[in-house]
Amino acid sequence: MVSDEPDQDSTLVLNMGPQHPSTHGVLRLILEIDGETVVRLRPEIGYLHTGIEKTCEAKFYQQVVPLTDRIDYLCPMTNNLAYCLAVEKLLGLEIPPKAQWMRVMMNELTRINSHLVWLGTHAMDIGAFTVFLYCFREREDVLRLFEMVSGQRMMTSYFRIGGLALEPPLGFFEKVKKFADRFPGNVDEYENLLTGNPIFTMRTKGVAYLSPEDAIALGASGPTLRGSGIDIDLRRDAPYSGYENFKFNVPVRSEGDVFARYLCRVQELRESIGMVQQALAGMPEGPVKADAPKVVLPDREKMKTQMEALIYHFKIITEGFAVPAGEVYQAIESPRGEMGYYVVSDGTAKPYRVHMRAPSYANLQTLSRMCEGQLIADVIAAIGSIDVILGDIDR
Amino acid sequence: MPLSPAITDIEQLKSHPALARLLEWNAPMVQSVKFDREELTIWIEKEAIREACAILRDSPDCPFNYFCDLTAVDWYPTEPRFEVVYHLLSIAKKERVRLKVRLDGSSASLESVTSIWPSANFYEREVFDLFGIRFTGHPNLKRIMMPDDWEGHPLRKDYPVEGYR
Repeated sequence: MVSDEPDQDSTLVLNMGPQHPSTHGVLRLILEIDGETVVRLRPEIGYLHTGIEKTCEAKFYQQVVPLTDRIDYLCPMTNNLAYCLAVEKLLGLEIPPKAQWMRVMMNELTRINSHLVWLGTHAMDIGAFTVFLYCFREREDVLRLFEMVSGQRMMTSYFRIGGLALEPPLGFFEKVKKFADRFPGNVDEYENLLTGNPIFTMRTKGVAYLSPEDAIALGASGPTLRGSGIDIDLRRDAPYSGYENFKFNVPVRSEGDVFARYLCRVQELRESIGMVQQALAGMPEGPVKADAPKVVLPDREKMKTQMEALIYHFKIITEGFAVPAGEVYQAIESPRGEMGYYVVSDGTAKPYRVHMRAPSYANLQTLSRMCEGQLIADVIAAIGSIDVILGDIDR
Repeated sequence: MPLSPAITDIEQLKSHPALARLLEWNAPMVQSVKFDREELTIWIEKEAIREACAILRDSPDCPFNYFCDLTAVDWYPTEPRFEVVYHLLSIAKKERVRLKVRLDGSSASLESVTSIWPSANFYEREVFDLFGIRFTGHPNLKRIMMPDDWEGHPLRKDYPVEGYR
């Protein structure tokens, strides 16, 4: 029941979505417009709600990992990581250095993957079609890397509680190296097409302004917050999974418009590839799984030769593993902002409650503030600039 | 990192900026505290939650100005049944704190914090939708995830995972 009467006689209520090419998923906006000007904007969400939080409560801890992929389908590994870190914190489990570095590397590749989809679709909404093709070309390379380590292009489930699912295969690091050497040149290509492009700058500069006070009050995070001049990045300010070993800059812009958010993200692409290079150069040797036989599944090889390994495997698969009672809130920096996993354990093998603090959910609340009083065509640019993923919002 | 036992003694935790501020403001409103796995939890009296949030947001030394998250946990069938959980962050000091309010199943309602952080708007609607907890003073308290005519509140523990058949 969303049919609303307009406030004034001169305005018109217009429905946009849920299926609309520029809303990147099933987002429905209810616009009240006065001519070309937006008077009021209200997002209606819930079309993708699948009850993942409820489903988690009925699964063993390790069975939740594949569900987390499906929340934010553009950054599956970020979700995997946040969940695994939360459960590892509950267990008090230490992760070997190679697994941590691999996690950082895959996370930065995931950020590149996510930002490329954002850049391509955002530019296409504004009318630059070529960038879309270029971005998806490079995204394909990243997806091939994902497929190489996990066997899956999108729903990777590569991080497990206690480490990684598998050792990276032979030749993987060479492939990553090749990509990392080439990619900065590709980012130059995108910037050549957009940053100085007069049509693109006219559509984005000074559009959908968000003040720093509003950004904080409305709960924005990630590039949406940094585009408004607030310098916060959890990778630097609350390091997790070994991020303290990496050197990187946090791009911050103070303009608070669509163009500022664009510049933040494009700069993040360069920073991310720098971190991938650092991870390649300093990748430690050693195991990729923690030494915790009651939690981590044994290697296939051991299961065929050692009785204990077979027993542990059977136990974990059939009964799961008990996690000490308690609760944690683990926040990490996803491509869209602060992604937090709140996991409550009651001491059994199934999580008592799993809640995801989805970055897009809070970021979407800034949309009304950005668009009200602006032209209706700028709504498209504003949606693109906050980079919403509806799977992340609705869960 | 082996787990160390949780600290629940207020005296030992007094130095944390959030707890210090709340004790200075109105000590009887703090029910209990827990420091576990490097995270501080403070249980607040139900009547005081909005004011406590305002006090923390405007704290001069360590302003908890960023509202991260709001959710609830259903401890059915024990009473008090619900716990509403607030996660706050201080952007300047990079400190985090978790506030909790206990609610009885029969009177599951408390004051909204949307007047302090507009970002709580969607979160309170979500908790209302999925747990059936009411927030008084919320500008637009209606379902957000489920359809408007949905029956029941899916994240309650007495709601079956498959839904009602």
